[in-house]
Amino acid sequence: MKNTDGATGTLYFNFAEHPEGLRLASGKKLGPITLAYEAYGTLNKEKTNAILVCHALSGDAHAAGRREGDDAPGWWDDLIGPGKAMDTKKYFVICSNTIGGCRGSTGPASVNPSTGRPYGLDFPIITIEDMVNAQKFLIDHLGIKKLLCVVGGSMGGMQALQWVASYPERVQSAIPIATALKHSPQQIAFSEVGRQAVMADPAWNKGDYYDRADKPKNGLAVARMIGHITYMSDESMEKKFSRRLKDKDYNFDFTADFEVEGYLRYRGDNFVKRFDANSYLYLTKALDYFDLSDGRLIPKDRKVDVRFLVIAFKSDWLYPAYQSQEIVRQLKIAGQDATYCEVKSTYGHDAFLLEVDEETHLIKHFLDKTFHGYDVVREYEI
Amino acid sequence: MRSDRISIDHRIIYGIVEPGSRVLDLGCGDGELMYLLAKDKAARVQGIEIDDEAIYKCVAKGLSVFHGDIDSGLKEYPDKSFDYVILNQSMQQVKKADFVIQEGLRVGKKLIVGFPNFGSVNARISIFFKGKTPITPSLPYRWYNTPNLHFLTISDFKSYCAERDVKILDTYYLGDDKIVKIWPNLLALNAIFVLAK
Repeated sequence: MKNTDGATGTLYFNFAEHPEGLRLASGKKLGPITLAYEAYGTLNKEKTNAILVCHALSGDAHAAGRREGDDAPGWWDDLIGPGKAMDTKKYFVICSNTIGGCRGSTGPASVNPSTGRPYGLDFPIITIEDMVNAQKFLIDHLGIKKLLCVVGGSMGGMQALQWVASYPERVQSAIPIATALKHSPQQIAFSEVGRQAVMADPAWNKGDYYDRADKPKNGLAVARMIGHITYMSDESMEKKFSRRLKDKDYNFDFTADFEVEGYLRYRGDNFVKRFDANSYLYLTKALDYFDLSDGRLIPKDRKVDVRFLVIAFKSDWLYPAYQSQEIVRQLKIAGQDATYCEVKSTYGHDAFLLEVDEETHLIKHFLDKTFHGYDVVREYEI
Repeated sequence: MRSDRISIDHRIIYGIVEPGSRVLDLGCGDGELMYLLAKDKAARVQGIEIDDEAIYKCVAKGLSVFHGDIDSGLKEYPDKSFDYVILNQSMQQVKKADFVIQEGLRVGKKLIVGFPNFGSVNARISIFFKGKTPITPSLPYRWYNTPNLHFLTISDFKSYCAERDVKILDTYYLGDDKIVKIWPNLLALNAIFVLAK
């Protein structure tokens, strides 16, 4: 399989035919399932150089490369590509859109085979575990017995952790970034406010809006605005906006006076063009249900030998460093090999997309060691 | 291995640790000692370090390190999960030295402690004749910029071990670049103790 720059675009993998489907954590079944995915680099003959990249809440399969007509490259293009942290000259990098999403994989906007109409709220509740179970079908399909690494930030980090909990024998290493073993009440609260914003929009119509001209844009935009506030930090907002005004003076009305207001509205309005409101509900619910605390991360009854690189960011108050330290504590108790680094950053939660140099250094060397053992540093000058 | 460029304390500890040992290095710095042990002795090493830059250097060497402070970093390790715990040149900088030593003895079968000797002859001369806080090769800091919180002599440490029922398995007394054989509390700049409980 060859795909060096992502230019061949998104591929689609279909499985779990109706009516058998995939059994979900809720007990319900989902099928048929389509997973949208992209791949970069070349899978080696032994199939030992595959890295699975898991995306965050609003991400998609297009992690790297630039498609014709796009003004921006994939969401983690800074880290994936020739010579980058995940060097596509050495590694085969896969990224798939999660189930429940709206960027090519089966989600609430997909057609329900029982009714011939979009699922809407008939789409079953899905969990991070379900997302990973679906990804496993793709990894099987690609013929990969053991992933060199599973890596992701935020919701992607939860998937990386879930891979270890569900399929420890299929994973050689994991890099959970800016994530947690479970959502705190504060994180659940932010999810819920986002969901309430969507559901308060009359156009949401109990999730049944796909055939209508009027979509719940306002509600989803507000949810995204709240999200953006939690992704930044007090300091990064001060740097980016301070109290700067859009015009020379106050408008003395409720239009956007401050740059920060304009920015949030812009980000909100942009988001609704590419994201489905129901997917936002389902994915935030999956975040809230996720819980690998109390020893569930490392299954006791199985031999687990996974190397970990856990990364947190100092100014991240949505997924604070103490949550990453809790992951590390579980790994120490279970005797797993782990590295933990708390990167100095003022970007808040967004740092996992922005602190490119630090992440590159950490991930590149960690992958080198995982792939080659100590051979790679044998020439190091003592 | 280029032994001429490795400091004497690292050479001593390198000699103590058996091949294949599980090692935890508390305050591992750039990871030079861990790297030697991992590469040449196939030791399974892990470090704890507070300094950001040092963490990045450890990762560049392919080492596993935890970014954090030693005082709170040992709680989760099960009893005797390491063959050796190393506390080299970092004991004098932790807040709760007694607690860290006891925790080190709990999680490790053996604890290797290395520290600068405040009782060395140049330190004594400095205090006694000059009336000044000692600045020596092993204690190179001024009073206002030293990272050291505890100042102790070899004799102090022996008393501590006796009081706390800690077995001293071995001792090494170090001069500038060689072993000190006589009057260690007076002549040694640094000491390395191998302890067990």
